[in-house]
Amino acid sequence: MSLDEAEGEDGGGEDGESEAPLVPSQRVQNTPPSGIRRFFELAEEMDDVISLGVGEPDFTAPWTAREAAIASLERGQTSYTANRGMRELRERIAEDAERWDLSYDADEEVIVTAGASEAIDAAFRALVDPGDTVAVAQPCYVSYEPGVRFAGGEVLPVPTRAADEFKLTPDVLRDAGAEDADLLVYCFPNNPTGATMSVEELAPVAEFCKANDIGVLSDEIYADLTYEGDHASIAALPGMRERTVVFNGFSKAYAMTGLRLGYALGPAGAIEAINRVHQYAMLSAPTTAQYAAIEALESCADEVAEMRRQYDRRRQFVLSRFEEMGVECFEATGAFYVFPEVPDPWTDAETFAEDLLEAESVAMVPGDAFGAGGGGHLRASYATGLDDLKEAMDRLERFVEDAD
Amino acid sequence: MSDQSDDAAADGGQDETEARAELLDLLCENARYSTDDLARMTGLDAAEVEDVIADLESAGVVQGYAAVVDWERAESVTEAEHVHALVELNVELDRETGYEDIADRLAQFPEVQALRLVSGNYDFALEVEEASMSKVSRFISEKVAPVPEITQTVTHYVMDTYKEAGHRFEETGDDDRLSVTP
Repeated sequence: MSLDEAEGEDGGGEDGESEAPLVPSQRVQNTPPSGIRRFFELAEEMDDVISLGVGEPDFTAPWTAREAAIASLERGQTSYTANRGMRELRERIAEDAERWDLSYDADEEVIVTAGASEAIDAAFRALVDPGDTVAVAQPCYVSYEPGVRFAGGEVLPVPTRAADEFKLTPDVLRDAGAEDADLLVYCFPNNPTGATMSVEELAPVAEFCKANDIGVLSDEIYADLTYEGDHASIAALPGMRERTVVFNGFSKAYAMTGLRLGYALGPAGAIEAINRVHQYAMLSAPTTAQYAAIEALESCADEVAEMRRQYDRRRQFVLSRFEEMGVECFEATGAFYVFPEVPDPWTDAETFAEDLLEAESVAMVPGDAFGAGGGGHLRASYATGLDDLKEAMDRLERFVEDAD
Repeated sequence: MSDQSDDAAADGGQDETEARAELLDLLCENARYSTDDLARMTGLDAAEVEDVIADLESAGVVQGYAAVVDWERAESVTEAEHVHALVELNVELDRETGYEDIADRLAQFPEVQALRLVSGNYDFALEVEEASMSKVSRFISEKVAPVPEITQTVTHYVMDTYKEAGHRFEETGDDDRLSVTP
C-alpha cells in the first residue's frame, strides 16, 4: 500500500495518531523474518562463541583483486557503469562460464548485479506474475521464498530428502506437485546441505522441466566449491539453455562477499527482463567491485584453488569428527557446509542449537531455517579456521556425550 | 602386466606422491597437528599418516619440528631477551677451500640459526640469535670475522618481525564476521 492510500484510508488523517500511516504491505506482513535472525541475536549476545553459523569465507579476497579495486579508485573510476555491467567484465564472465560448458553472448545474455542475491531477486520480479507458482527445492538459501512472495508469486516447497542425499529428483518434484509449477529454483552445490548434483543426476530433472514446461532458476554461486567430481550446470543440457537462468558471483569462490558482485546468465529475453528490474532498482553494480572482479577472473585461479583445497581439508576433518562421535551426517561434497542430523536424545533442531550455544558456546544453525526438509538437521559451516573447528568439534562431542 | 594394472600402479604412485605433498604442506602449517587430525583432513588412516611421516623423516626431507615464536611477546612472559640479526658475509675462495668448507665451519656454531649460500651482492646469508646485541656483536667479531676466507661482514639487527615462517604476527586473530549469516 502506498503512503497516499494509507492516508486515504485513515480518513484524511483524523485518526492519524491511532494508526500509523506507514503500514507494511500484506506481502511483507505475510513474510516472516529470517529463521536465522532469532538465532543470530542469541549468538550475538554471548562472548567467546565459536560460530559454525557463518556463511561466508574466512579468507580475504585475493590481493591482486583488491589492488585492482584500489587502482580503479585512484584513477577516479567512481561513476555508474552500463546497467548490465562493464562490457569487459561481461566478456570475462562469458569466457569463464565455458568451464561449465555454458556459452553466452556478453552483450545480450549476461548481466552483472550487486551480488547473486540481487540477480535472483530481480529474476523473481522480472519473471514471476502474481499467482505464478515457483517450486523451491528445499532446504535452501533463505532468500528464495521471500523473494518469490515479494514478487507476488506462490511458493511451492519441494522438500529434498536425506534418503536422496538431498538431491532433486523427478520423484521429489512429482511428490510435491511441481508438474504445474511455472518456475523451479534451486541451488547446487547447496546451502545448507553441501549436496551437489552431477550431470547424470541433473538430466532427469531437466527432462521433467521440459516435459512440464517449467523454467529453471539455477543458483550456482558455490560452483567453484565442488570437491568430488566437476560442477555441472543444468543449462548445459540439451533443450535447457532457453529455459534456464544461471546465477553466480564472486562472494564465495573469490571471498569477495562485501564487494557485492554477482551475475546472471540466460537467454536474451530473460536477461533483458532482469535488466529492466535491475536498471530501475540498482542502476548498475558497484563500479569498484567490477574492476576487482575483472582482475579476479583474469589472475586469481591459483588463489581459488588454494581456498578450495583448504575447505576440502576442513570438510574431510569435520565429516570424520561427526562420524567418530556417532552423529549422522550427510557426506557433503560442495559449498562449505555440512548438514548433520540432530543427535539423540534431542528431536528438535532449534532446541538442540540453543542448548549447544548455551552450554558450549558453539553456534550451529537449526536446519528448519532453510525450509522444508531441513527439520531435524543443523547447518555447520566450515568456513572457519581449523583451530576453531577442532575446538568446536571437541565441545560438540563433550556436549553430545554428556547428554547420553 | 596388463595396461590396467599399469594404470593402477601409476595411480598408486600418484596417490603416494600426493599424500607426501599434502602431509608436508600440513606439517609446515602446523607441526603439532595430531596424527588423527592429519588423517581426518587427508582421508588417509592414522597408520598411513605415520608411515608417510616416518618415510619423510628418514629420507631427511623433514629435518625437524620447531615452534614459530614471536620473541618480542615472549620477552614479556619469559623476561628472556632475544636478539635476532641477519648477517651478510662475503668470502674469497682459494684452490683448497670451497663454499661447503666455509659453511661446515660456520654451521657448527650454536648461535647460527640459519645459513644459506645466496646469489647477489654477497655470498652467505647468516641468521644469528642471541640474548643481547653485545653478544651478537661479539660472536660476529670473535667467531665469524676471523674465519680466514671471510672478507666482509655486514650485520643487520632485526628491529621488528611481522611475519615468520608463513605466520603473520598480529595483535589478535578475532573473527569479526557476523556470527550467523544466511
